Amino acid sequence: MTELREIQLPDAAAQASSAENARELRGEKMVLNMGPSHPATHGVLRIVLELDGEIITKARPEIGYLHRGDEKIAENMTYTQFIPYTDRLDYLAPLANNVAYALAVEKLMGIDQQLPPRCQYIRVICCELARLSSHLLGVGCYAMDCGALTVFLHTFTEREKIYNLCESLTGARFTTAYTRIGGLSRDLPPGWVDQCRKFLKEVVVNIAETETFLTRNRIFMDRTQGVGVIPKEVAIDYGLTGPNLRGSGVEHDLRKAQPYLVYSQLKFDVPVGLAGDCYDRYLVRMEEMRQSVRILHQCLDQLPGGPVNVPDGKVALPPKDRVLTRMEELIHHFINVTQGVNAPPGEIYFGHENPKGELGFYINSKGGGTPHRLKIRSPSFVNLSILSHLLPGQMLSDVVAILGSFDFVMGECDR
Amino acid sequence: MTALETAQQLRAKFDGLISEPSEFRGEITLRVSDAERMPDICRVAKTELGFDYLVDITSLDNYGDDPRFTIVYHLYGYGHLCHLRLKTDVSEEKGELPTVTGVWRTADWHEREIYDMMGVRFRGHPDLRRILMWEGYPYFPLRKDFPLAGKPSDVPEVAFTNPAPLEGGPFVTIAGGKDTVAREPRVRIPETD
Repeated sequence: MTELREIQLPDAAAQASSAENARELRGEKMVLNMGPSHPATHGVLRIVLELDGEIITKARPEIGYLHRGDEKIAENMTYTQFIPYTDRLDYLAPLANNVAYALAVEKLMGIDQQLPPRCQYIRVICCELARLSSHLLGVGCYAMDCGALTVFLHTFTEREKIYNLCESLTGARFTTAYTRIGGLSRDLPPGWVDQCRKFLKEVVVNIAETETFLTRNRIFMDRTQGVGVIPKEVAIDYGLTGPNLRGSGVEHDLRKAQPYLVYSQLKFDVPVGLAGDCYDRYLVRMEEMRQSVRILHQCLDQLPGGPVNVPDGKVALPPKDRVLTRMEELIHHFINVTQGVNAPPGEIYFGHENPKGELGFYINSKGGGTPHRLKIRSPSFVNLSILSHLLPGQMLSDVVAILGSFDFVMGECDR
Repeated sequence: MTALETAQQLRAKFDGLISEPSEFRGEITLRVSDAERMPDICRVAKTELGFDYLVDITSLDNYGDDPRFTIVYHLYGYGHLCHLRLKTDVSEEKGELPTVTGVWRTADWHEREIYDMMGVRFRGHPDLRRILMWEGYPYFPLRKDFPLAGKPSDVPEVAFTNPAPLEGGPFVTIAGGKDTVAREPRVRIPETD
């Protein structure tokens, strides 16, 4: 006679498979507060994550911890006085911000086509040095986020040389405030071109070494490939710009699409990714550094002579020796400093290809020396808005890899 | 296709609603007379005229004029590389207009920022909270009647603000005029005058 008996399975995994137990094991969702002070948030970004085990179900980025009211401040000072504030937007590439802001004001004044060639070339050199500096930091920090500390120290050695170049060029390593409306605060110092050439020779070696550390590194590839994939349409819909957009396969670079300065005369390629994952965004940055070196070599070879400021005393400050000896230049200097440049009424938007993406300035002027409204369209602000869409469904440990691949700066995100 | 041609096409689709395009420094601006129609206009601009990238939305405070607020949209198309600016007015009494987050998702944070800084609300926005300031902060700092120095505020156990010492600022100067604090109306707190 057969007897039916219910047996208890000792295996925990098998137990979980029954519906009743599964409900019990699923438990409650956990809310994890990441930041505002966390090594992977690169500043003061806070993300409130809702977790189901290790899977993120909801992500809510909270920003504004570095909000200083730059746009309000800009309405209360002259155009020239605001230049030092642009250093503090993307503080990893202050030279590029200076150039972007100066070009925006010059577009408003209608003098952007009258800039002397030497000024334009030096500004391109500034932008590309800033791009190198920003990407070296971006790649170094990204590797550190993924667990490779050596790369960080390696790329920072090279950034130190860029800071030395900045110091001899502008007098400051970090807060450069180098451009002026209609020109530059000073010309290149003697011997700077040779120093820069020497640096370019060294940096290509460094980039190649960094590449051997990471590009075919099994751990790094496993950590970044297929993680944080952004399809092309989503990237456009969320308004991503810069390497994050190009990593998703959109071939768009404002230096090519809306050429400013002398970019139309320079030869360079725009790298794009295929998969749109973290690895592609890293690859785009690596290639952009090589292209920047290429642009810098062309600029240093073609660098023309001549003045660096527009010859109009109503826009750029006249040379100091003439201010001290001549009546007209003294008046120009006085009016320029006390009232600022006299911008016409009107409104313009100027988008600049910054290392992190499209840095745009919208200036609404009612005439005179101060803007009525100055809006800063910062790439990091827009790039971060995709997080609440991108993070759900990812593993908690991948948040660090995804954040690092965006290479954002809270200084310009919060303004 | 140039920006002017796309502007004319958009204008033809919404007859009487969109002004004659104006050009300044090579940029085309269209004024939309009815803010309520912005989502429709934006959807047509995106789907039919190829403006797939919303660069930015920003706000202006025309303090003293009516309507008080202007919302400015910057559109760009990756296909034709044209830039277009749309402007529409919102009065202070109404203080709201429909959201365009249904057209471009990037509008989400831009609209939150405008709400936070200027106090213009976007109807239908999925999550209209303050973004740069904290929840409970009582003012809208980018309005022209908000003083540069700030105003005192206190949200218990969250944050507080005190007016900043300006040391003779704000810093715009005009030779021979009054001293800067007396000359600058925005630095004074209107209630105390």
